[in-house]
Formats: sequence, structure tokens, C-alpha cells
Amino acid sequence: MRLEPKPAPSLATMLAYPIGAMAATFVISSLLVLAAGASPFSVFGLVAKGAAGSQFALLETLTRATPLIFTGLAVAVAFRAKLWNIGAEAQLYAGAIITVVLGTGLLPLPAPILIPLIMVVAMAAGALVLLGPAILKTRFGVDEVVTTLLFNFIMLLFVSMLLEGVLKDPMGMGWPQSQRVIAEAQLPRLIPRTRLHLGFLIALVAAVAVWVIMKKTTLGYEMRAVGHNPEAARFAGIPVNHVLMKTALLSGGLAALAGFSEVAGLKGNLTLDLSPGFGYTGIVVAMLAMLNPLGVVLAAIFVAGIFVGADAMSRTAGVPSYIAQVMVATSLLTMVVAIMLTRFRVRWR
Amino acid sequence: MPSEVRRVGQISRGCRGEPSRPIALGDCPASRERRDRANHYRCSMTSDSTPVLRIANVTKRFGLLVANDSISLELGKGEVVALLGENGAGKTTLMNILFGHYVADEGTVEAFGRMLPPGDPRAALGAGVGMVHQHFTLADNMTVLENIALGTQNPWSWRLDRSGARARIRQLATDFGLAVDPDRQIAALSVGERQRVEILKALYRDARVLILDEPTAVLTPLETEGLFRTLKMLVARGLSIIFISHKLNEVMAVSDRVLVLRGGRLAGERITADTTRQELAALMVGREVMSPPVAPVVRGGELLSLDDVSTAARAGGSALDHVSLRLHGGVITGLAGVSGNGQAALAALLAGALAPSAGTMRLAGAAVSDWSPRKALEGGIARIPEDRHAVGSIGDMSVAENVIAERYRSAQFSRHGFMDWKAARAFAEELIRDYDVKCPSPDARIRLLSGGNMQKLILGRALYPDPVVILANQPTRGLDVGAVAYVHRRLLEARGRGAAILLISEDLDEILALSDEVRVMFKGKISEPSPRGERSIQQLGELMAGHGMGEAADAA
Repeated sequence: MRLEPKPAPSLATMLAYPIGAMAATFVISSLLVLAAGASPFSVFGLVAKGAAGSQFALLETLTRATPLIFTGLAVAVAFRAKLWNIGAEAQLYAGAIITVVLGTGLLPLPAPILIPLIMVVAMAAGALVLLGPAILKTRFGVDEVVTTLLFNFIMLLFVSMLLEGVLKDPMGMGWPQSQRVIAEAQLPRLIPRTRLHLGFLIALVAAVAVWVIMKKTTLGYEMRAVGHNPEAARFAGIPVNHVLMKTALLSGGLAALAGFSEVAGLKGNLTLDLSPGFGYTGIVVAMLAMLNPLGVVLAAIFVAGIFVGADAMSRTAGVPSYIAQVMVATSLLTMVVAIMLTRFRVRWR
Repeated sequence: MPSEVRRVGQISRGCRGEPSRPIALGDCPASRERRDRANHYRCSMTSDSTPVLRIANVTKRFGLLVANDSISLELGKGEVVALLGENGAGKTTLMNILFGHYVADEGTVEAFGRMLPPGDPRAALGAGVGMVHQHFTLADNMTVLENIALGTQNPWSWRLDRSGARARIRQLATDFGLAVDPDRQIAALSVGERQRVEILKALYRDARVLILDEPTAVLTPLETEGLFRTLKMLVARGLSIIFISHKLNEVMAVSDRVLVLRGGRLAGERITADTTRQELAALMVGREVMSPPVAPVVRGGELLSLDDVSTAARAGGSALDHVSLRLHGGVITGLAGVSGNGQAALAALLAGALAPSAGTMRLAGAAVSDWSPRKALEGGIARIPEDRHAVGSIGDMSVAENVIAERYRSAQFSRHGFMDWKAARAFAEELIRDYDVKCPSPDARIRLLSGGNMQKLILGRALYPDPVVILANQPTRGLDVGAVAYVHRRLLEARGRGAAILLISEDLDEILALSDEVRVMFKGKISEPSPRGERSIQQLGELMAGHGMGEAADAA
């Protein structure tokens, strides 16, 4: 078996392959559903209903998609420049820490000033977290996959230390949690009496902004050039290391917004279970979107829908909601294969 | 050489009963002994008529390029055949066909009278043909024994029969003068020892035909002598050897017969004893040189100079070693030399990818500092890179995105950090028209273009608007004849406009056709220039082999 490069794929194949990947995902997941003793059709029907079957379900899905849009964008930006940022989880927590540090009463400012201020500082913190691995990569050739991945654990332990120490809520009955953010630091609900908050709109704006950066600016051009062929980019005079640094700053900042929006928009305080792996799921989201910033929005809603829908499904069908994890993971694998198939033809011999 | 070996050699190929004397390394005129040796070979061929290896009329095309054009080769028992040719002459392609890595378009390969099925890499190995590659294929963290025995054991056996393997390796090592300790790690061995392990690996698998690809490229002169002694012992035991090289003196020293390849064709076949280095050199580089019309040189001012410049090594080649060079406007300076002698470092230096570690580089009279690709571009240096795919273009980006890569920050293509894609596309269309590029649209991915069209775009990008200095590194490698002529014409036009051009090429014909002065590079040093037509191909060939390069020659 060998791979041969294919000429540029048409728009039709660019759309057909992801859809084929999703179909393959459902077929593969069906096997597990069958093994659990349920009918795949009814189970997937229940997942779909749970994800989008009612206004409440749909809004819940969008709420769940919000942090995934941010982490998906963070990963898409980094991967485009072939900076393998596996550490969106750590950058997310950096943003969350800043939000509770600044938003729990330290700065008595009105909301229109306080919220943007927190956002900017949170982004800076997330950027800083990724800057370390980026410097290690460009200066010493240290593999950023390893450093960013391990940073996730360091950050989680750091958060744990803060929550048992300086950030511990004195009224928290001993639980490792921070104080709640003040009203001025909270993101308003988009629709009263639902959980959907302003963070979702900010995420949409971020997606459009990233799209503009990638398509229209010199930085986006540099990032794509460095990602596709760093040697040729360097030869052409593109400052590869600078570009990687800027990429790291942008990527880390976007991931930090996920932590900010979860704390300020939804949870209200910082706990150790703030993120059920949003940083890692962002990788799936970015890959499903083929690193397209606008595609990230759709992919995030899709993945969030599976998680939300599976929760609802498991309550009625008795199939464990872990099937959602399997489906998301399988969709990543099938998508990676689909992306490869758009670029290469497989020759069996 | 030990006497018993001579005796064996005498038995295996002697038919006059006259002992053949070992041949000294280095230049050696066709002496009486050598003619005798050739005669021995001829009569052994008549007595033992089946060749151990027969390549018949092999043709291999890659698109328009004919890498091998109906090449035939016969290797007799106990014979050393040298395959001589410049880089790109088709030697490696031929060997890849022999080993089944490529499938020939026409022709057949036979080993020991049996046809080898095309495209099966195991067939040649199984038939007893072993290869020692230029780049070794050894696992560094394993021992000599493990490397040699790897893959020879029954896959179902539980353990390696170390003592058996060790004894066998020791035996082979003493038989053929390949001293190496079976229990040492590869990582701890010198390059020469690693090569011995590669040869042992082939012998361990009962190779009867050994192919050595540029075996001396990595060896010191002393190790080379040792290798040649080993080769003679192998031949004495009835093995046959194909010795691939572009070094004339080694070919003269070690082979019985020479096949010269040039441009994919068999340029000639000679009995080593009946030929001379000069004749082989002429066959190798080609006698006829087609010259495009070249206007008389109008020598302008000095645009770039190197004074006593040294650099780090680059891409496995030599480092620049106190090089001085002057490039004048309106002059094409051709740089000949066997690849790996510092051309990569010199090209990287001019391109801005490598800074001098000592000495001064001046651009238009001003010494350069903080040297970088961007500085080189700002200084008006046009760069045509050696590898248009890996370095010259970004395959998955569009033609428009590629042609602006060197000046996307200029006001022409961007403002306040935002790209002007309309201008970029217009520029791409302009280049496509001016350079006659076959290309569907500026939005097409550049990797879909042919080599010639890609090179035209790179040329157009480099020559826009009017560079002061042009670095053309292998500008026509792999191009078809039409594209070659086109690139040459563009370079000559730039010369007419007063640009200083450094042409680095392994194609001597190209160097001689274009260059107003020719220099030769050897082991990081550059020869004095010679004006157009002064040095003959033979003289250049000698310089390329390191003879007459002053102190560099001593190191050769």
C-alpha cells in the first residue's frame, strides 16, 4: 500500500469527505450501542433530540459549544503554523485564574470597563503560558507537544494549590473553590432564564476575527507559510521564529478566553472541574473544522451537541453517556483519515 | 598484500600463470602489468561465459527526463566494473532498478543467469547481490553483530544465535581484512569501520556481487587504501564488484573495466588498462559544448566581495575555508565542483541563510552585519535556490502566495498589516505572462506545476524588479531542454543589464556555456578564476578532483 499525492480537491470532495467521516463515525459507534443492547437508530435519535430537540436543548448545546469555540480557535491557529499546542487546557485555566483574581472584588469598576479589562489580562496570561514552550521550541528545539501537554498537569496542580490557599473561598465550607465573581464581572445572559451568555457572542466575534487574521493580514500569510514549509518561508525572508511567537501569543490568548467565559458567564467561580477537557476537545474541534476558523464554530456546536445529547439520551435509553466520548474520539480519527484522503490517493498493490 | 591472496587471485583469473601485481593507489599509467591483468580478464570471460550480472537495454523515464537510456552492463565473475559519471548521470537510477526500487520502462536484469522480477527489492538480495550505500543503513544503538545478523534469523526463533553469528563474522573479518569487533556499538565506530560493517553485512548474507555506491566519499585516504585492499581480496575469492564513483584516480586504481554514464546514456566503455584519466574525464563531462550566443563581457564595478570568509558547514558539505571572491557587474562567474565541496555553504551565505564566522562580506562596498535572508533581499540579491521544491516554493500555497513571498511586506502587496491580494494576483498574472508559465490560474497550488514552470516562477520572483547580484544555484537541474535554454537566456539578459551573477552548477557544459570566468570549488576553497575558454574540461576535471588546488590538493 502506498500514498500518492492527488491534485487539488474540488469543493465537492472537500465537503464530501467530512460528511463521509461523520457517517463512518456513526457506523462505528453503532457497534458499541449494539453491544450495550440498544438500537442505534433510537439512541442516535435520542442524542439528536437531546441536542437540538427543543429550545432548551439547543441553547444548552450552544452554551456548551462556547468554550469549545475558543479552544478550537486556539488550536486551529496554532496548528495552522504547525505549532502543536496541546496545552489549551492549561491556557484555559490561566484565563480562569485571572478572571477570579480580578473579578472577585479586587477592582471595583463598572462592568463595561471591568469585563474588557479582565479579558485582556486573561488573554495575556494565556499567551504567557504558551510563550514558554514556544521559546523552548524556537531556541532549543524542545518538542512543544511534550511541553504544552505536560503544562496542563502543572497548571491543574497550580490551580489546586491556589484553591487550597490564597484563592480559597472562606465561605466555601472547606471545598476547594474560589469566591464568586462580583456582578460587574459577570457576562449577562443572552436570553433571560437560560444559561446562554454573552460569551457565545464573543466567541462568534473571535471566530470572525481569526478568520480575517488568517485570510487578510500579513500575519496570517506568514503563519500559513511557516506552517506549510518553514524552510522555504525562512529562505524567502519570513522571520519564522517571530511568527511562531506571535502564533503562540494568539493561540494562548484565545484558549484563555474559554476559561474567562466559563467563569464569568456560567460557573461564577473557579473549581478544579471547571473544564471537563475543553482544551483537549478543542483539538478535535479544530481538526473537524479542518483548521478553518468559521468551521470551528460549526464543529464546536456539533461536538457540544453530541455531549449534551448523549447526557439526555443516557437518562432515557440506559446507554452510558460515555458513548459521547467514543463518538467524538471516533469522529477525530475518521476526520484525520478523511483529510488525508483529500490530499492523497491510496494505491493498493 | 599478503601472498596467499595473490595466489588465490592467480588461480581464479590467471590463464597465463603470471602473477598479477597489486595496483598502487593513485594515478598510475597504463603499465605492462595492467595490460596483462586486462588480458587475464578477457580470457576468463571467454572461459566462463555467463556473466554474474547482466543488465540489458534498461531504459527509465521520469516524465520528460530520460534517466537511463538503453543501458547495458555485464559483470563477469571476479571482475571489478567501475560505473563512472557525474551527479545526475543515471548511476543511482540504474542501481535502483537493479534492486527493484524502480521498475524499468524497458530492459531486463539477470543475476547468475536468472531473470530478476522487476519491482521486487528482495529479488536482488536473494540472488546474492549486496549493496553498500553511500549513506549507511545501520542502527546506531545496536552492536555490530546485531546489525549484521538483523533480518537473517528465522522470524519465529526465540533468540539470536550470538555465538554462531560471532564466529561467522570473525571468520569473514579475517578472510577479507575487515577488522571490526562484533560486540561494539555502531555509535562508537568510525566512518571507515561502519563501512566495513556494511560490507560484512552483505558478505554475511552470502553476497556474490557487491555494489559500492561512492564508497570513498566518506573515507580518509588511509581508509580508502584499506578498502581497496579488501576489494582485491573479495575479487580474489571470486566475488564481483560494481564500483560507483566520479573520482577518476580511484576508478583507475581499482577497476578492470569502466562504464561511463553521461546524461542517462552510456557514453563509453573502456578496459581500464587501455585508457587514461584524460580520456575518461572527457567521456564523463562530454566533449561537445553547445554555446548560446554570448555578447562580449562589459565588466562593471565590484558588487559583492568576500574577503577571507569562513563559515560553518552546510548540508553535509564542506564549510567555507578562508574564501575570497569578487563578483563584478555584467559578469557571470561560474562555480564548478563536485557537490559537497562547500557550494551549499557559499550559496547559503549569499542567500542570507548563513552568516560568515570569519572574514568580511561586502555588498556594494559596505560590509554586511546581522546577515539574514531579508537583509540579502534588501541588498538586491536575487536567489535561485538549489531545491525548488523544498526551499524555493511552498507547495501547498497558491502561485500568487508564492511569488510574493519575498516582498509581501512591501507597499505593493500590503498596507497596515493587511494583504492586498488583488495586487498579489495581478503580479502573479504578470509573471505568468512574462515568463510564459503554463499554469491554470494564480490561485492554483504551486506544487501542481511542472518543474520547469515552477522554476520560471522562482526565476521571475527573484529577478523582479532588477537585482544587483544573482545567485543561481543549480538553476537548470532536472529541467527539460527548452526550460534550460529559457533560464540561460534570462540569466544572460540579467548579465546584459549589469547584474553580477554567481552560477553554481554541477553541469560543466552549463558552466562553460554561460560563465565569463570559471572558478572551481574543492574542500571549501575556491580556485583562481580563469577567463572564458582558458581552462579545458580536462583541466577543470583535474581541479574538481583536487589536483592543482594548492594546499587543498595535499589533503585530497
